[in-house]
Amino acid sequence: MLAKRVISCLDVRDGRVVKGTRFVDLRDAGDPVALASRYDREGADEVVFLDITATAERRRTVIALARRVARTLSIPFCVGGGIGSADLATAILRAGADKVAVNTAAVRRPALLGEIAARAGSQAAVLAIDARRRDRGYEVVVEGGRIATGLDAIAWAKEGVAAGAGEILLTSIDRDGTRDGFDLELTARVAEAVRVPVIASGGAGRVGDFVELFARTGSDAGLGASIFHSGEVLVSDLKRELAARGVRVRPSTEAA
Amino acid sequence: MIAIVDYGVGNLASLDAALRRAGADDVRITGSHVDLLAAKAVVLPGVGRFGHCASELRRLGLDVIVRIARDRRIPLLGLCVGMQLFFDESEEDPGTPGLGICRGRVRRLGGDVRVPHTGWNQVRLLRPHPWLAGVPDGAYFYFVHSYAVEPVDARAIVASVDHGGPVTAAVGGDGLLGLQFHPEKSGAMGTSALRSFVRATAG
Repeated sequence: MLAKRVISCLDVRDGRVVKGTRFVDLRDAGDPVALASRYDREGADEVVFLDITATAERRRTVIALARRVARTLSIPFCVGGGIGSADLATAILRAGADKVAVNTAAVRRPALLGEIAARAGSQAAVLAIDARRRDRGYEVVVEGGRIATGLDAIAWAKEGVAAGAGEILLTSIDRDGTRDGFDLELTARVAEAVRVPVIASGGAGRVGDFVELFARTGSDAGLGASIFHSGEVLVSDLKRELAARGVRVRPSTEAA
Repeated sequence: MIAIVDYGVGNLASLDAALRRAGADDVRITGSHVDLLAAKAVVLPGVGRFGHCASELRRLGLDVIVRIARDRRIPLLGLCVGMQLFFDESEEDPGTPGLGICRGRVRRLGGDVRVPHTGWNQVRLLRPHPWLAGVPDGAYFYFVHSYAVEPVDARAIVASVDHGGPVTAAVGGDGLLGLQFHPEKSGAMGTSALRSFVRATAG
């Protein structure tokens, strides 16, 4: 049976990790490749690089990043953030990324998912959905939550899969950064609505959040950022705890 | 020299790095017919659609070269769609034949499970294969695929994985191995799998 995945997410700007981390022993704790390698060794199942570079250099830096990561990491990685064309997506994949995540651009033009899938396979086309809780259901938001789209998150997940997405990276904007736990209702509803894997994101703050996520939703993976960067939770400890609670995970002893 | 077949498909940088981690010191990413036939071993990668991979291989004349390499008993390792290409045809693109090195077809994953089969799953070893010597039964490897091979001769299956029922994880023969998972993305276990291949083909 497929194991549940633990994914570590790094925010990157201009080729550097944005948020500080605990890794004082790293010569360069701002280097995304050094950090990702650290998570690789700790037993993370995958790494997501969220590129928030806003300069004209972003295409060049994000491709250079993918190339360096591919040479170093022994686990899969996904690159997301500002990917607006199948050309850029293909260039990042060709540089060595396993997947690309598209968000705003897919809302504007869902066909982009199909274009990426046609060139690289649907497994490489990840639909990133940022969702905010409303009185009734969940609404898709873009631009880091600043712009509401009027789209229903569950309907959009289905539409995105029909358009070509092979995986969904689902972020609860309400929980993002709060460390109050994943939005279990949102995750459960999306995971039920689609047949592709669903990665839950937003709110991971402690080991128990991952236990609940896998016990109470059909999601395949949980993504954490600050929970790991802060050093409060080691990926290896989290996986040991998950295994002890009956969640099937790849043991971190099999890591790089 | 271990040659990785370059036909514009697949994550070649990761594969090159993984073979080096596994102890190979001479790895060449190449589409040169001469290089490929001079190699001590050939690795055929593949990602994305079966039809696209098969037609690109053919357009570059590399289908013939891979078949000749096989005829000359140059050790041949196929990964993911590269392994699927060993077979006759795929449901994914029925109009585009594979290499026909192995008899059988490639079928879409079924059952009440998520597709693509994405993530880490436990590989069950059914038969010994020298290139999998370093791999313990039940180790986790990284999979990402929506189709899997069904050989005519079930004895060709050397390892399987459970995803809504048994799915072929590895097929093998003398001097040939196909892996549905990605050893280049499978952490230390992936490196172990490749290490046996590198060692076995180094002489």
